[in-house]
Amino acid sequence: MKQLKSQITKGLEQDLRFDGRKPLDWRKIEVEYSISKNAEGSARVKFGDTEVLAGVKLSVGKPYPDTPEEGALMVEAELTPMSSPEFETGPPDIKAIELARVVDRGIREAKAIDMKKLCIEKGEKCWMVSIDVVTINDAGNLLDVSALAALAALKDTKMPKLEDETVKYGELTKESLPLSKEPIAVTVLKIGKFLVVDPLVDEEETYDARLTVTVTDGSICALQKGGGGTLSIEDVQKMVEIGIEKAGDIRKHLGKAKGAK
Amino acid sequence: MTYPKRIDGRKLNETREIEAKAGIIKRADGSAMFRIGKTVAYAAVYGPRNLYPRFLQNPREGIIRVNYAMMPFSSKGERVRPGPSRRSKEISMVTEKALLPVLNLEEFPNAVVDVFIELPQTDAGTRCAGICAASIALADAGIPMKDLVAAVSVGRVDDKILVDLNYDEEAFEGKVADIPIAIIQRTGELSLLQMDGEIEKEQLIEALKLGQETITKIFEVQKKALKEKYHAENGGEE
Repeated sequence: MKQLKSQITKGLEQDLRFDGRKPLDWRKIEVEYSISKNAEGSARVKFGDTEVLAGVKLSVGKPYPDTPEEGALMVEAELTPMSSPEFETGPPDIKAIELARVVDRGIREAKAIDMKKLCIEKGEKCWMVSIDVVTINDAGNLLDVSALAALAALKDTKMPKLEDETVKYGELTKESLPLSKEPIAVTVLKIGKFLVVDPLVDEEETYDARLTVTVTDGSICALQKGGGGTLSIEDVQKMVEIGIEKAGDIRKHLGKAKGAK
Repeated sequence: MTYPKRIDGRKLNETREIEAKAGIIKRADGSAMFRIGKTVAYAAVYGPRNLYPRFLQNPREGIIRVNYAMMPFSSKGERVRPGPSRRSKEISMVTEKALLPVLNLEEFPNAVVDVFIELPQTDAGTRCAGICAASIALADAGIPMKDLVAAVSVGRVDDKILVDLNYDEEAFEGKVADIPIAIIQRTGELSLLQMDGEIEKEQLIEALKLGQETITKIFEVQKKALKEKYHAENGGEE
C-alpha cells in the first residue's frame, strides 16, 4: 500500500496519473437514457470503465407525517459483487449505505424534485419515488457516477397512469417527473499534498481524505468528507472551488445524451 | 380454446431477437450480456478464488456458486425489493445445477467459481437468459469447460406448442405451460427442467424436442459473442 501511494504521488509530482490523465481531468463520460423499459425512468452512466445503472420506480403511499403535502423520496444503492472482487453478497454494507445517502442528500437538499407536486391527497396519498443505483463495474469514483446516474434516471422519468388509486405500471403518461434543479456530485481526493478528481481504484485505496461536493447552479447543496485524514480550511476551499468548476464539465454530458426526453 | 396467432406475431419455433456480448465487465474474470427480446441478463464470473468460510470448501474439486438477482427497477410491476428472496435463491440453485455438468473444476480443490447474474430489464425467461449469459461468462473467464450450455423456455399456450414464451404469453388466459430448459450443446441432454402450468405427456415431449432444435440458434449466438471478443483482443477489428 505504501509503495502504491508513493508511486501515485511520484506521478502526481509530474502532473500525471496511472491512466495518463492530469489531476483534474475526467475520464470519458457517457450517459444513456431509458436502459430499462420497465422502470418509469432509467439511465446508464459510464466514467471510463466505471459503469452504473439507475432506475426509478414510482408507487403511491401515505405521506410522512412531517410532510403531509409532499411526496417521498428513497434512494438505495447496491454495490453488486458482480462489479468488483471487493464487494460481497448480502445486505448493503457501510460503503453502499454511505453512497446511497450521499446521492439521496444531493437530490433532497438541492430540492431537485418538486415534492409538493407529488402530493395526491394531503396527508393521505402521495407519489413515492424510489431510486435504485446498481453498480456494474467499479473502476473507481462510484460516488460521482452514481449521483449522475440517479439524476439522469430522474430526468428520464415519466409519471405512470393512476386509476382508482392504483398505479398502471407500463402505461406511462407524457408527464415528466417535476424536476427543478440538477445536483451534480464531484468528489475530490487529497493524496499527500495533491488534489485529484474522478479517482481510479488505486487512488481510492491510498487517499488521505476525500470531499464530495454536490452543487446546483454554482451553489453547494451537500458535502461529505471521507477518509481517515484531515482537511485544512484552505484544502476545503480549494476542493469546493474544484467541485463547483468541475460540475459544469459533468453537466454538459446530461444534455448531450442520445434519447434524452 | 385455441391460440391462433402469437401475441407478438412470431412463428411457434421462433425465439425473440437474441443478442450477446462477452467481456463487458472489466473487473470480472469473465463476463457477458445476453438479451432475448426485452429480457436482459448480465453475468460476471470471479474465480477460481479462495472460498470462505472454510467448511464450504470441497477438497476434491472446486465448487460453483451462483447468485441470481433482478434489479429493483427491472420488473413490469412494482419495485422488486433488493436482496435474496425464496424465488431468487431457488433460481440461483437450479442455475448452478444447469451449469455444473459442463464444468471441470477438479484442478481447483477448495476453491470457488462465483457467478453473479443481474437483470436490469425483464420480460419472462429470466433464468434462461441468466444461464445463457453465465455460460458465455464462464468461457470468457477461461474456466475449464467440456461444453457450452444454453437455455430457453418452451411450453404450450392452449393448443400450440412453442418456444420462448414472453410475459404476455405466460399470463395468457387459458391453458399455459411454461417449461424452462437448459441443454448441453454436444449431447443435447437437459441440465435444467422445470415447469409450471398444465400439459399432456405427449405435448411435453414435443415441446422438449422443439426446444432441442431451436436452441442450436442460441449456441451460435454464444459462440459468436466469444469469437468476437477474442478476435478484438487479438488485434482484429471489432
